[in-house]
Order: sequence, then C-alpha cells, then structure tokens
Amino acid sequence: MKGNQLSIKTIVAIGIGAAVFIILAKFAAVPSPVPNTSIQTSYAFLALMAVVFGPIAGGLIGLIGHALNDAISYGSVWWSWVAVSMIVGLLIGLAAKKLDIESGIFNTKKIITFNIVQVIAQGFGWFLVAPALDILIYAEPANKVFLQGLFAGVSNMVTVGVIGTLLLAGYAKTRSRSNSLTREL
Amino acid sequence: MKKRVIEFNNYSFKYHSQAAPTLHDINITIFEGEKVLIVGPSGSGKSTIGHCINGLVPFSYKGEATGSLKIMGKDAHSLDIFSRSKIVGTVLQDPDGQFIGLTVGEDIAFSLENDSTEQGIMKNLVEETVKTVEMDEYLSSSIHHLSGGQKQRVSLAGVMVDKVEIILFDEPLANLDPATGQYAIELIDRIHKETNTTVVIIEHRLEDVLHRHVDRIIVVDDGRIVADMCPDKLLSSVILESSHIREPLYVRAAKYAGCDVIEEMKPSQLHSFSIESCKDKLLDWFEKANEAVPKEIKLPILQLKDISFRYAPGHETIKGISLSVEKGEMVSIVGKNGAGKSTLSKIICGFEKPRSGSILFKEQDITGDTIKERSFRIGMVMQNPNHMISKHLVFDEVALGLIIRGVPENEAKKQVEKVLKICGLYPFRNWPISALSFGQKKRVTIASILVLEPEVMILDEPTAGQDLRHYTEMMDFLAELNRQGMTILLITHDMHLMLEYTTRAIVMNKGRIIADDPPSMILTDSEITRQANLKETSLLVLAKRVGIKEPKEFVEHFIAYDREVRRQWQ
Amino acid sequence: MAVEMLSYIDRKTPIHQLTGVTKLICFIVWSSAAMLTYDTRILAFLFIFSIVIFIVSKIKVSEVSFVLIFILVFLFINNMAIYLFSPQEGVKIYGSSHVLIEIAGRYNVTIEQIFYQCNVTLKYFAVIPIALLFIVTTHPSEFAASLNKIGVSYRISYAVALALRYIPDVQRDFRTIALSQQARGIDMSKKEKLPIRIKNAASIIFPLILSSLDKIETISNAMELRGFGKSNKRTWYSARPFQRGDYVTLFVFGVIFVTAMVVTFHDGNRFYNPFES
Ligand SMILES: Nc1ncnc2c1ncn2[C@@H]1O[C@H](COP(=O)(O)OP(=O)(O)OP(=O)(O)O)[C@@H](O)[C@H]1O
Ligand SMILES: Nc1ncnc2c1ncn2[C@@H]1O[C@H](COP(=O)(O)OP(=O)(O)OP(=O)(O)O)[C@@H](O)[C@H]1O
Ligand SMILES: [Mg+2]
Ligand SMILES: [Mg+2]
Repeated sequence: MKGNQLSIKTIVAIGIGAAVFIILAKFAAVPSPVPNTSIQTSYAFLALMAVVFGPIAGGLIGLIGHALNDAISYGSVWWSWVAVSMIVGLLIGLAAKKLDIESGIFNTKKIITFNIVQVIAQGFGWFLVAPALDILIYAEPANKVFLQGLFAGVSNMVTVGVIGTLLLAGYAKTRSRSNSLTREL
Repeated sequence: MKKRVIEFNNYSFKYHSQAAPTLHDINITIFEGEKVLIVGPSGSGKSTIGHCINGLVPFSYKGEATGSLKIMGKDAHSLDIFSRSKIVGTVLQDPDGQFIGLTVGEDIAFSLENDSTEQGIMKNLVEETVKTVEMDEYLSSSIHHLSGGQKQRVSLAGVMVDKVEIILFDEPLANLDPATGQYAIELIDRIHKETNTTVVIIEHRLEDVLHRHVDRIIVVDDGRIVADMCPDKLLSSVILESSHIREPLYVRAAKYAGCDVIEEMKPSQLHSFSIESCKDKLLDWFEKANEAVPKEIKLPILQLKDISFRYAPGHETIKGISLSVEKGEMVSIVGKNGAGKSTLSKIICGFEKPRSGSILFKEQDITGDTIKERSFRIGMVMQNPNHMISKHLVFDEVALGLIIRGVPENEAKKQVEKVLKICGLYPFRNWPISALSFGQKKRVTIASILVLEPEVMILDEPTAGQDLRHYTEMMDFLAELNRQGMTILLITHDMHLMLEYTTRAIVMNKGRIIADDPPSMILTDSEITRQANLKETSLLVLAKRVGIKEPKEFVEHFIAYDREVRRQWQ
Repeated sequence: MAVEMLSYIDRKTPIHQLTGVTKLICFIVWSSAAMLTYDTRILAFLFIFSIVIFIVSKIKVSEVSFVLIFILVFLFINNMAIYLFSPQEGVKIYGSSHVLIEIAGRYNVTIEQIFYQCNVTLKYFAVIPIALLFIVTTHPSEFAASLNKIGVSYRISYAVALALRYIPDVQRDFRTIALSQQARGIDMSKKEKLPIRIKNAASIIFPLILSSLDKIETISNAMELRGFGKSNKRTWYSARPFQRGDYVTLFVFGVIFVTAMVVTFHDGNRFYNPFES
C-alpha cells in the first residue's frame, strides 16, 4: 500500500457524499429570481464534508456530485459550473486541518476562519472560474455570465455561511469526547 | 493438539468514548475447525468481541486494548486489516451496511474483484454460491429491492464466496423467517463441514442455532465471560437462566416440571434429548389449562378493504387484502421473508399509497388522511431502526414526538423517563445513539413510539436481536397497554412470541392472507406452516414425545407458568 | 415526493450492445468536439448525426421528455438573458451588422445576433441526444468499470460506483426520515402552510446528514472487511469485453472528431462566418 493513496473511508465519503449532494440538490434547492440559478443547500453540505474529510474528498464530492446530478436530472453536464463545485470543495477542504472539527470544538474563532475561507473559495470559483469557462466554452457574453456568477456566488456564500456553519456546529457536538460515556442510574 | 486459531488472553477493551471498558479480562481459545456460539444479553459486548476478531477493533473503532489476542498464532497487532480479511470473513449485524454492490451478483463478487479474480472464474464462482443460498433468480436484481431476509442470504453468499479460514456471523438469523432460519443454520453447518472452516456465531436465538451441532457455547454477560462449555453441559446448568438468555423451550419445560436436566441426557438437541427419566414429571406437571373464555365481540377499530399495492409495475406486492382488527386485540402477522408484511404496515400508516382499496379507522375512511393525521391514532415501529432515528441523543429521540405535539417539558420528561426505564435504556439516556448496540438502538425506536401511546400500534419485528429479559419487559408492557385497550399488531418471525402474546395470527404469503386463526391452530396446520415457512415449537414436539394427548394445552400451560416465573425478575 | 430521474432503460439495440467504455469515450469525444467548435456546419452535422443515433437506440422521446422540457425552458431563458445583456454580441464576433428589426439602438435585432444565438443553442442541441443516450443506455454497474478502464484510478471509479449505488438508498432514507418524522407529528403535506413546510423540510436535512455519516462508517467497515484496496488493481464483475462494434464505433467517432477539428480551426478561427465574402 502506498501512503499517498486515498483511504477507504475517504473513498466511501466521496461516494456517499456525492449521493447526498445530489439528493439535497434535487429536494432542498430553493428557486431564485435570476435565470438558471437557484439557492443550493447542497453547498452547505459540501462545505461540511470538505471540512470533515479534507480537500480531496471535498473536490471530488463537488465534481462527482454535480456532474452526476446534471446528468441524471438534465441529461447533459454543464462542465463550467461542475468545475466550480470541485474548486469550492477543494479550497474549503484546505482549511480542514486548521479547523480540526473532530476535536469537537467549534468556537467563534473557528467560525470566523471557516467563513473567511468559504467566502474566498466561493468568490474565486463563482466570480472568476465560472464566467471564464462559460466564455471559453460557450462564448457567451461576458456581462451576462459575470452577473450570473455574481448572483450564484453571493447566494451560495450566504447559504454556506448560515446553514454550513450550523451544520458544522451540529457536527462538532456529535463528536463525543473520549472517556465521557458512563451509565447513569 | 489442534491448532489454536483465536486466542484471547486476559484481554480487555475500552471504546474511546466510553469511561469504562466494554470487555473485561476475556479469555477465550477457539481451535481450528470448531463451531462456537456466543450468546449474551443485548449490549453485553458480543459484537465487540466479533470486531476484535475481524480487526474493526482497533482499525475502525478506536479504543484501548490490554492483554493479548492471537489470530492463527500471530499477534493480532502484527496483522493489518487486509491480512485479517483473508483469514476472517464477517457477516455484519447491521443489514444496511453489508452491501456494496449495485446488484446481487456484483455484491457477492465484491471480494473476488478485490482479489483481481479473472472475470470468467468470478462469474462461475458467484453463480455457484448464489445457488447455495437459493437466490439465483435474483442474481441481477438490485439489492435495494430485496426484503430483509433476502438481504441476509446475499450477505451470507458474499462471505462464502471467499475461501476464508474463520467465518464470523453476527446475528445471522435476526431477520429470517423460521424455516429460512433453520435453512440458514443447515447451510452454515454444511459449509462448516465441507470446508472445515472455523465458525463463530453470535446469536440470540439459541434454540434455532442448536438445530445443528455446536461444539461450544460462550456466554458473555456485561463484558465478562461467564461460561465456556459444551452445549449439553451449559443447558444442564443454571447459567443461561441467571444471564436471562432464553433456553430452548423444551429444556425449560423439563426444568419447570422439576426434572433434573443433566449433561448425559444430551439436552442440546430435542431429538437426542433423553426424556425417559422425566416423562412422569412432565405428565404430572401438566394440568389442563382452563377453558379459554369466549371472546366478546367488540367494535372493529381498523379495517382494510381490498387493498392492492405494487412498488413497480408488473409485480404486485400486496394483492387484494381485506382484514378487520377489533379494538383491544393483539394480533400477530407472520409469514415468509418478502411476503409483504412490512409493506402492509407501511400502507396502514400511510407511508405508501395503495393502488386500490380503502382503509377504515373506527368505520371512518382514512385512506386520504396524511401520515400526520394517522399518526395520532396509529403508531409504527419500523423494521430497520436506522430508518427512524433522527436525533443525536437517546433522550431527545424518544422525546421528539411529545415535543412536536406540544406536551409541556416537565410532563414530557416524566413520560420519557418512564418509557426509557421500561425499555432498559434509562442508564443510557444521555448517550449518543451511535454508541449503542444494535438491540439497544431498536429499543430506542420502540420507546419513541411507546411514549406517544397511540390507539393502534404496529411493531415490525420488535424482538429481533433482543435478549429474554428485555423481551419480557417490553412485551409485558405491551400486554399491559393492550389490557388497557390499546390495539397491537406485531409483525414477527418468533413463533413463541406469537403463541405467548397474541390471540390471533394473520399468515401472509406472496401478498395474500392465507390464514387468519388463533396461533395454536396455525402451527398445527402443516399445509399453512409449510407454505408460509413457519415452524412448530419444540414444546409441541416434546409434548407428543411424552405422550400428552392435548399438546396444544401443554403449550398453553407452559406459557402461563413461564410468565409467572419471569414476572419475578422484575 | 417522486422526482423523475434518468436511469438505465433496457432495450436490445446496437447502442445498448456497445461496452460502457466505448460509450464513455464517445461521449467525451463528442462533448469535446461540440465544446471546441463554433462552426455552424459542424454543429449542424453533429446534431443531425446524434438524432440518427438516438433513433437507432429505440429510446422513446416520451421516456426522456421531462428532461427535454427542462432543457428547452433553460435554453429559452438563457437566450433571453444573452439578448438582454449583450444584444450586439453577434456583431462583435462576425464583424458586420445587418439590422433586421429596429427597436432602439443597442437592442436592434441583427441577423448576426440571431445567427450567433442559434449557434449557442445548436451547441447545446448537438450534445444533448448523445449525453442522454449515454446515461440511459449504460448500465450503472458498468460505468465504474469503464471509468477505471480509461485510466481513472479504481478507487475514484469506485467512489463513483458508490454514489450511483447509494443515490436510491439516500433518496429512500430521505423519504423514510421524512415519513417517520411525519408519523411523529411533523406535517409536510399540502395541508400545512408553505413557510412551515419549508422549515420542516430543513429539520430533515440534519438527520439525513447524520445517518449518512453513520453509513460512511458502516460501509467503509464492510469494504475493509471484504478486502477493498489491498492491491493496486482490481477486476470488475460487470465489465464487458470489447467487440467489433466497439472498434468500429470508436473509429467512426475518431474520424468525426478529427474532421471537426480540422474544419473548425484550419482558418484559425472557431467561428464559421457566413457574413464575410
Ligand atoms: N462505537 C461504539 N462507541 C462506544 N461504545 C460502543 C460502541 N459500540 C458499542 N459500544 C458499547 O459497547 C457495549 C456492547 O456493545 P455490543 O455491540 O458489543 O453489544 P452486543 O452484545 O453485540 O449487543 P446486541 O445483542 O444488542 O447486538 C454497548 O453497551 C455499547 O454501548
Ligand atoms: N421500497 C421498495 N421498492 C421496491 N420493492 C420493494 C421495496 N420494499 C420491498 N420491496 C419488495 O416487496 C416485497 C415485500 O417486501 P416486504 O419488506 O414487505 O416483505 P416482508 O414480508 O416484510 O419480509 P421480511 O420478513 O423479510 O421483512 C419483497 O419482494 C421486496 O423485494
Ligand atoms: Mg451486537
Ligand atoms: Mg419486513
């Protein structure tokens, strides 16, 4: 076994994570007024998975989850946006070590760190990468794609900022500290 | 001297999150080719012992171990999980997590794929194995569409396909109907004999496992080994009784009758059990039970009229079922794996919409009611506990329904604590549910519905994976609620439960009701028993062997007597 | 809560006979060609050819109509948006301006703009039939094996297989969690007001995530116990061997791709310009 291979747990996390990402995208997305975009709670979940399982898992959950979802729901894949999901998952995952959610502590300092990271990651993805790829692949007008990216980015920043933070706090609570369980009669 | 394949020496283990060890100072030696059964109350640490053998402890479940554990003569620490997976094959307790492949064939092939087996060979092996568990017509079905029992067979096949030296079964019978359970035990026995593998079985259904020879039984109680001996010796002792494990019923009956059961009588299997010496005692003990009081006719509370349902076009799962349940009845629903029992219960609760037919509650049509509206009248405990649990802590999970209904906090707390005590979960009330054993989880889900006290309660296999003590406490509580007027429907594979607690049994087969009679009548109808994969209890066989003319009454006498004895535990 | 999803549709046709690997490669080649080119002639050819393949596959339009309707709506909105934001994009690209309808300055409808927007739409149309076919004619079991065969590491291929394997399970869990919550008093049917329904829906997300995390744990245990990941390669139960049809198909698609690229870029410009003379 080589040391740099993905662990089984990460592989499973990617697979199941992608499945959950898809189900959330399908059932828990709120339509928005801007064309072709919606408020996606699935990104909050993506952020959680990235923080728990690291950048590779985050990136691949975004990539596989988004691509498969596009494929089975719409019959074609919008690669430019899939790429963004991947980048967002990957970048947020880079903060996993620093946030160390497994410790069960998720204090104000960590909340701020998490939100700074997610805003940067999503800003980069939605404001730059998505429009750039749209122009490159589909030669769509620049001002249109930038506005689209701007809207998607901002709404996702808010979703991840609110729901994502809540999910992380909830998750941290479930990490039972060691030596803590006793039978109380 | 035979080779020692598993050797625990003064072994203790503590889960990371626990304050106290789960296993204390364990000493077990298992030899090559042996078949060993591990029994013990729910939450006593049986699965944990299994995890230590297959390597999940410490590779997946972290914790501290002391003492030594050797597998195939090697220190377990020196074996990584891959080399262990070559040695030990495991059928996990949780029916959900076992499956990885999309279809039956793929899942069985999984470990072969990992071994880079050539495709042709792989296909042959899979086909061969799938036949031994009689699932060949499902080879390309999606796992997703199988019933609980069918899944169990697939997971068995998945392990058998790999030639391992030790096979570990964690409650292989939990979801199987009586006949399939018996078949599974025969299957395990055949595999054991043919391949000379070492077999370790963890199971609550002791009598069913003893259907075939077992070399040794290890009794675990609260993380300690309290017995490690051959079945005959164990059954002639009082150890099982004091650990609250259900002995084979015929042994129990003999003991009640005052017989001195000794090792030489070979009590481990009914056909070998020599009862000559205690025939008279049994005859003496048996006194004809009182005539049953004629039942008064009450109002029907739940009526199904010509219900049909299918999950997918082409295959009707429920075919025109009509049935009426009276207020205050306690009814069991039995039948083969995949007969449609769980599906029927889901239809009653509104989880699935019937294609035709109507459902009446107190003569009022509720077919169009929402799940929430029905939930005020009908409570349901689902077969798979993981499908019901939504909170992190035990207490919160049980309290959830009350909180939603707006019960004041103090009141809710009192009720929840009462139910938690009945279900034996009070000491764990502040634990995360993920730290509970499977049987404990199941009890959490029962508690969460019990606390709501609905008028009709449906329980899908409530006693699967429970030990006798919790079984008794829970069932007696249900019987008490029943006396107070709650109508109860039990879906079960436990024939004794059906006899002991219910007055009426509905037998389902292939989506139809094929019988609806008192349980004792059902079990004496050999045609129905055969069709629906049921099994008569060993008590009947015993009564016949002793020469009792009214075997049914003998069973009833036993039940009444047994209940009295067990009442004293509480 | 039934939401329609595309899934494998079993038929006996030459398209279904092809191995997953072939279909995956063809899908990638086809999408790349359609992404790279803006040449109307190529796009039109790709579109017509893909329609022919679609007919051969005996998939009925009604079986995928829910997706088609979605895509048509998407394309309509997308076209409106392009026009709204950049009504002179076509003029910019093709360097000439033939006004068709005068509205107001910037928003005058030009032939160039119409032509450009037709191209954008055609670009989507050229890919959709092939993408749809790829999804509904490839058995999900074979998909992971195919990914592995074209060079994706088997671990990541398996992650994809797991995702496909668990979508129905997660969906069922989501549904069962929702149902069992309802059975305890949370109402999500139409009898409850919308805002409350949305709030209640949110209360299901967290249990779903918790149970998924548990699932990750049990499944990785089961995989570990059955020897996943012990060596650097693995075989696949549901992989299928290559047949002549596969080689022929790959060859044909290869030729189409090369021709498309040559025709598109021989003049150093992705766009086919009918307006210059
Ligand atoms: N992952 C875990 N983390 C912490 N504690 C655990 C964990 N798994 C089990 N335990 C604890 O260890 C004890 C024994 O659990 P185990 O699963 O071995 O019981 P069991 O004998 O198999 O019970 P059952 O018959 O109900 O399956 C339980 O009280 C449980 O709370
Ligand atoms: N969600 C589902 N989708 C499709 N088919 C299903 C689904 N659930 C069950 N089935 C099928 O319906 C049939 C009846 O299943 P059901 O779970 O009701 O059986 P059961 O009598 O409860 O069996 P068991 O005793 O094994 O629990 C089975 O053949 C099963 O494969
Ligand atoms: Mg257990
Ligand atoms: Mg069932």
